[in-house]
Amino acid sequence: MGRSSSTKDAQALFHSLRSAYAATPVNLKIIDLYVGFAVFTALIQVVYMAIVGSFPFNSFLSGVLSCVGTAVLAVCLRIQVNKENKEFKDLPPERAFADFVLCNLVLHLVIMNFLG
Amino acid sequence: MAIDGNLHYFLLLLLTPLLVVRHFCEDFTEKRNTTQTKTNFSHISRMARSLAGFLALFLFVLICGAASLFQPISDSHRSAALELFTPTHGSFKSLEETYEALRTFEVLGIGKKPDVTATACRSISETLGLLTSTPKDLFYALKANSIVKCKINEKTSEGIITRLNTAVNGASSLLDFYYSIGGLVLIKDQTSKADVYLTDAEGVFRSVKAFSQSDGRWRYSSNNPESSAFAAGIALETLAGIVSLASSEMDQSLIITLKNDISKLFDSIEKYDDGALYFDDKLVDGHEHQGPLSTTSSVVRGLTAFAAVTAGSVNLPGDKILGLAKFFLGIGVPGDAKDFFNQIDSLACLESNRVSIPLILSLPSTELSLTKKDSLKVRVNTVLGSNAPPLTVKLVGAFSSGSKDASLVESQYEMQELKFDAETGVHILSSLPKSIDVGSYTFVFEIVLHESEHEKVYVTGNQTKVPIFVTGLIKIENAEITVLDGDLGSIETQKKLDLAGQNVVSLSANHLQKLRISFQLTTPRGRAFKPHQALLKLRHESKIEHIFVVGNSGKQFEILLNFLGLVEKFFYLSGRYDIELAVGDAVMENSLLRAIGHIELDLPEPPEKAPRPPPQPVDPYSRYGPKAEITHIFRAPEKHPPKELSLAFLGLTILPLLGFLVGVLRLGVNLKNFPSKAIPATFAILFHVGIGAVLLLYVLFWLKLDLFQTLKLLGFLGVFLVLVGHRILSHLAAASAKVKSA
Repeated sequence: MGRSSSTKDAQALFHSLRSAYAATPVNLKIIDLYVGFAVFTALIQVVYMAIVGSFPFNSFLSGVLSCVGTAVLAVCLRIQVNKENKEFKDLPPERAFADFVLCNLVLHLVIMNFLG
Repeated sequence: MAIDGNLHYFLLLLLTPLLVVRHFCEDFTEKRNTTQTKTNFSHISRMARSLAGFLALFLFVLICGAASLFQPISDSHRSAALELFTPTHGSFKSLEETYEALRTFEVLGIGKKPDVTATACRSISETLGLLTSTPKDLFYALKANSIVKCKINEKTSEGIITRLNTAVNGASSLLDFYYSIGGLVLIKDQTSKADVYLTDAEGVFRSVKAFSQSDGRWRYSSNNPESSAFAAGIALETLAGIVSLASSEMDQSLIITLKNDISKLFDSIEKYDDGALYFDDKLVDGHEHQGPLSTTSSVVRGLTAFAAVTAGSVNLPGDKILGLAKFFLGIGVPGDAKDFFNQIDSLACLESNRVSIPLILSLPSTELSLTKKDSLKVRVNTVLGSNAPPLTVKLVGAFSSGSKDASLVESQYEMQELKFDAETGVHILSSLPKSIDVGSYTFVFEIVLHESEHEKVYVTGNQTKVPIFVTGLIKIENAEITVLDGDLGSIETQKKLDLAGQNVVSLSANHLQKLRISFQLTTPRGRAFKPHQALLKLRHESKIEHIFVVGNSGKQFEILLNFLGLVEKFFYLSGRYDIELAVGDAVMENSLLRAIGHIELDLPEPPEKAPRPPPQPVDPYSRYGPKAEITHIFRAPEKHPPKELSLAFLGLTILPLLGFLVGVLRLGVNLKNFPSKAIPATFAILFHVGIGAVLLLYVLFWLKLDLFQTLKLLGFLGVFLVLVGHRILSHLAAASAKVKSA
């Protein structure tokens, strides 16, 4: 009894979450997808390392950090672009995007240097 | 040389206890090798080396400063001559070389010389026939011909005489005169015609004399200010030629001035410590500079040629001629053909010169054995080894090399005349003076010519000092080995030792006892003998060695080992010790290194703080052996996963990208916001191209560029990107602001 109700609750919760998320603007959804893409790529590399070993360790680190760094930067971009977020109300999204691009370029310069 | 032999002699005896040296006068370096192989106590030799160096130097100065031995030309020169002068393809390179070779063979009296007569004759007649031959060519051709003696036809020789006469008249330098006049002298001897003479001999003489300097040296030409002794020799030879070519008697005053010049030249002669005299030109004049050998040789040639043609004697002290002879003999056998020729030619000039003929005293052996009753043999020869006139050799003194001042031969009674053996040509002293015992000595000989006329012709040097080594069997007597009781000194065991035989003794002792070894050494003359080495060695089973010097008082040699005092030195090691005794000296014919036997030592247990015995080197020679090979160890390569797995994961990493793209498509993303106007659209495209370019640059950075190249390019790209990005993004911002406000 309790179990079915909890399943139902969970279903209800999931449903409401989904409907709430559907209201999110498309550009934020794109960023979310991008973050997911980056995190999954990092995960695959971690799994590879767990199976094979960490031999070219700097290559592994640069691969994972590239993904994680990109994901973090994308999250930052999402925070700034979000209209609901009052804190960055005055900041134009174009400015945030420029920051995102610049940070990504600097990050990847370092990553490439470290790749070996 | 004898000097090297002596030096080596002392090194050898200090390094090796057991040796009998037979030949001293051999090459020093060769002997050194034998020293190393003969060394028995290698570590003693290390100890002794510094001492040896000092002693050797000391003795070297004592002996060789005073005396040295010169040997006349012998068969070693003859065999060397045949090796040095070998014709290639039946002839020598030039006529000059042909002359030098033939002259050397002639002087040394070598019969089995290579036959080059035919080729030499051909080349001589070719040179003489050519009109383009210089006086120098003619000179050497005629010189060679003076030995080969080929026929020169009358017409050719007449032509040569005319040409050489013209050359004499046109000569301006010393060498011009030398070659042309030398040529004339040679052709005068070689043709039947007697009308070869100089018309104006005195004039030519004066013009050559004009090159002379006040110090007896000469210049090559009037415009060359430098003078040399080498040129002086050439000038003397030239002037001798002029005198012999003169048609009438020369002005005597010219000859007298020249004789003065010669004595001035001999004032500048230089001297070695062993009495050898030589000329050397100090000036450094590039290619024309000659060494001491050719300079001295040139002077000797000039001097003897001049003395041969002038009446009256050239007043030179005989010692100087003897000194020159010693110089030429002292260089041994030169390895260079030119030097060899100079040596032999000069000695031949000295052999029959009119100034004074040097006589050289030499000894077949400078090592005499008292035991074998060797007689002292002395040979007196001319420089080329031919017999001397009748003479007597006297031994006037003998000095022990230790004490320089007291002669061991007292001049009144013991001044000994050596008996001459006409058959062998050797002067023999059958028995050495009584005062001569084993050891090294310097003997002083005096040569007395029988006929007083000979004294003007020959020069012997007043006294000749010769280093002599007298060896003998040393008597070893009363050799005993004794074990004594410590407190009372009473004898526990006593054994006779036969050091000449092979018997061994075995003893035993404890730390409270003493070991005594004693023996007496007597020379053949019955005197006490102190060898350079008298050493006792005890060697433990573990190869640890202890060496003791056996001291002496007079004849008696004795060593007393008190084991109580030695336990610490012996590292408390009990057990069997082998005993070895070494008695050695260079003049001791029966030097010995004998294993006497062994002693069983019973020493107390070591206390806690006792010194440990040092580790023995495994083999002292292994230090110089090859080192262990160095192998380079490389890091083992990391384990690589199978290629398929890596490729599979590469594929997997693409999956999230695909998912991202699919997700984007499902969201219905479009590019409607992309600027539609031309200018912003261009900037937008440029912006994306710029980002792409930076990413491409990163890929290149990864693949091949270095950081500096990358940053340089990135600087340009960055500026471009900032400009373009600013334009497009501000355009977009303005557009969205317009939408918001509207």
